[in-house]
Amino acid sequence: MAAVASDPALELIGIEKSFGPVHANRDVTMAIPKGRIVGVIGENGAGKSTIMKIVYGLHRPDAGEIRVDGLVVTHESPRDAIANGIGMVHQHFMLVESFTVLENIILGAEQGALLKPSLVAARAELLRLAREYGLQVDPDARVGDLPVGDQQRVEILKALYRGARILILDEPTAVLTPQETDQLFRILGALKDKGATILLITHKLREVMAATDLVYVMRAGQVVAERATIATNREELAELMVGRKVRLKLDKAPAQPGAAVLYAEHVGLTGAGGVALLKDISLTLRAGEIVGVAGVSGNGQTELLEVLSGIRAPSSGNIAFGGASITAGHPVDAGKMRALGLSHVPEDRHRYAMCTAFNAAETSVLGRHRDAPFAASGVLDYPAMREHCAALMERYDVRPRRPEQRAVRFSGGNQQKLVIARETAVPPKVLLVGQPTRGVDIGAIEFIHRQLIALRDAGCAILVVSVELDEVMALSDRILVICAGRIVGEVPAAEADEKTLGLMMANIGQGDAA
Amino acid sequence: MNQSLPRWVDIGLIPLANVLLAFCAAGLIVLAIGADPFAAVKFMLAGALGNSEAIGYTLYYATNYIFTGLAVAVAFHAGLFNIGGEGQATLGGLGAGLAVLALDHTGSALVIVPTAILAAAIFGAAWAAIPAYLQAYRGSHIVITTIMFNFLASALMVYLMVNVLMAPGAVAPESRDFADTAALPLISDWLNALGFHVMESPLNLSLVFALVACALVWFLVWHTPWGYELRLMGFNATAALYAGANPRRIILLAMMLSGALAGFVGVNEILGVHHRLLLDFALGYGFGGIAVALMGRNHPVGIVFAGLLFGVLQQGGTELTFEMPQVTREMVVAIQGLVILFSGALALMSRPWFEWSYWFVGRKLAVRKAASA
Repeated sequence: MAAVASDPALELIGIEKSFGPVHANRDVTMAIPKGRIVGVIGENGAGKSTIMKIVYGLHRPDAGEIRVDGLVVTHESPRDAIANGIGMVHQHFMLVESFTVLENIILGAEQGALLKPSLVAARAELLRLAREYGLQVDPDARVGDLPVGDQQRVEILKALYRGARILILDEPTAVLTPQETDQLFRILGALKDKGATILLITHKLREVMAATDLVYVMRAGQVVAERATIATNREELAELMVGRKVRLKLDKAPAQPGAAVLYAEHVGLTGAGGVALLKDISLTLRAGEIVGVAGVSGNGQTELLEVLSGIRAPSSGNIAFGGASITAGHPVDAGKMRALGLSHVPEDRHRYAMCTAFNAAETSVLGRHRDAPFAASGVLDYPAMREHCAALMERYDVRPRRPEQRAVRFSGGNQQKLVIARETAVPPKVLLVGQPTRGVDIGAIEFIHRQLIALRDAGCAILVVSVELDEVMALSDRILVICAGRIVGEVPAAEADEKTLGLMMANIGQGDAA
Repeated sequence: MNQSLPRWVDIGLIPLANVLLAFCAAGLIVLAIGADPFAAVKFMLAGALGNSEAIGYTLYYATNYIFTGLAVAVAFHAGLFNIGGEGQATLGGLGAGLAVLALDHTGSALVIVPTAILAAAIFGAAWAAIPAYLQAYRGSHIVITTIMFNFLASALMVYLMVNVLMAPGAVAPESRDFADTAALPLISDWLNALGFHVMESPLNLSLVFALVACALVWFLVWHTPWGYELRLMGFNATAALYAGANPRRIILLAMMLSGALAGFVGVNEILGVHHRLLLDFALGYGFGGIAVALMGRNHPVGIVFAGLLFGVLQQGGTELTFEMPQVTREMVVAIQGLVILFSGALALMSRPWFEWSYWFVGRKLAVRKAASA
């Protein structure tokens, strides 16, 4: 630990926290050295968010002690944490979009009843912070008009304005392009040089390796390892997180693309208020090939999947699939598309693929609930559903193997496995997959990726949409880049690298970026 | 703490506790006006369940509540809040009445009664179909439209009764009496014919019909692909789209089924009891149905029990006003209101206590088991 020796800015000693019968944190002890960037990594449900919420005063620990600069503190609320110099940047920004940057920054930290003096003082302070840390943001810009990366800077500025010396960032890169991520890490580096202490909560190992000095690995509510970043590697960290060996590299043979099975020609989609959500999308999916769609979240990926799967009718253009021609005048609903051989693993499984009230057996026939054998005689056959579900669970290793358990009670990875198992139970001609591994643990990611490759090799045409660039690059044979509802480029996966894709995602060098 | 409780606690113990809480609160009110709450409970229970006539009345009221409770539940499973039970019941009665007025000269009960029941269903369904269409195709909120349709139904009924259907020479807006062939058989007549001696009450064949409706709703909602889509739509409308269901059709069909069920209140009232068309026979049942469905967790079995409770409250409450003059009709309504409040709006208030107790007892038992092992 010689490389990181320094007085601890923040110490957690034996923190315990239970929610009812769930033991979220067990004997968590961490010493966060001053002026360092410390990564806290772990799978979903490992307890990393809980421990950070305890530090920030959102939860109270059942036992244990928190020390800031060596002094024992009690954080009853975030107010106490802020007073002790702790700031937090949440994964979902806590900003008022219709306010300016300046207004957002003083929100909740106004001095006195009149706004004007606070604004004047804040402007001076903001300019100072911007100079000192390289956090350039226009103080008078409306936050809603700023790109996501700038909004995140506003969040960091908000914390610094409140005197934060210890900054907690919860999954800060989930919404950023690779370039924005690099920028963020530069800012964090500048903050560190000025003596700030930074806690980076993430599950992306690449970022941990790139940005941190020290890493704490959590598993099942406990700290299982502490490593100096220079003394470890991604493979070791992954193994520590999951508790067993994990293969990070995906092995796959070159694709053998066959006949084209789905064409989209000049597809457009106009949303409420005449906003063009998709513009002139043309693509071809071939049997035995995985086509990846890379893009920053919110650039039309969701709508593309909705239109291709029949959930929404296109506003213009034509989709040809299985002998059907889908146009604005002749839409085909999702049920019909499924009958034609198109399966769809949606981006947001809670929004589309599941239902809180249904158990796993009922969920396992969603979309095929009118087919034999589940409704052979017009009456639902529950034993057949359970049997089907049990078979899927066996094949896709869904745990626990309980068809009677409500689907939402399964972990994210097991929910996703169940959905993928369902959508591929009848081998589809075309499989649309949105965010294949969102909210899925590393161990399950590996499994899901292998399943998708196996489907490809069996002759299925697959379209993968993901905001995780690593994932798109690992899975795809061909990568389409989407920006502002338009496909702005196509790259063979073998030639793709993060930098060029990132520039294309931001649509830099192209005049019509919206 | 959001823990899952065993079903018997969730659907048995908690509703029971809520009703008891409501009665405690009602008892305090009775105490406040200087009456004896225990005597009030006694009069109420005796009035509702004390003899065969009382039971007959209680079940007759319960029949209406079961119909409207089912109506609310079916719509609710599709995520629709049908507040228009009152209007749909009124129209159902109108449909049944018109059918009888048109047919009762033909003489055969085997023709008249089924036609009248069908007419009640069709009228109720049609009255619900208009708001449903507006919701499905025009995006008008169903809560608003169904409420408005209650007023429309009431106004339509007054117009028809006063201007068209009122019997010549009658002193009230009521139609002529139906021929005897159009009446539904009374349960008391049947029981007496079988040798059980019971007092006469308005309880008629509609109760059997209501129980059959419960079974049909149960089958439809939980055992058909259509019911699967209905529930999917109610919990997650976007998932219904994903599954290939047609939300507009589901809205339309669910509301029509709901309206038809509410319309059967008209069968119980018009064919079963009044044997003529009149005003206000559905008063209170539409809104009572919301509470019944809420309390019965939108499940037919729960709705039967909740319907019975509301039958007891209505019949027992009426008797209570006779026995204890200081307890007025309004007081009884207040007690019903408290039951609705505690088992509807505050239904989840007591849940954390049960969750905590269940967890606590469970842990104690586990510790004891571990100690003895």
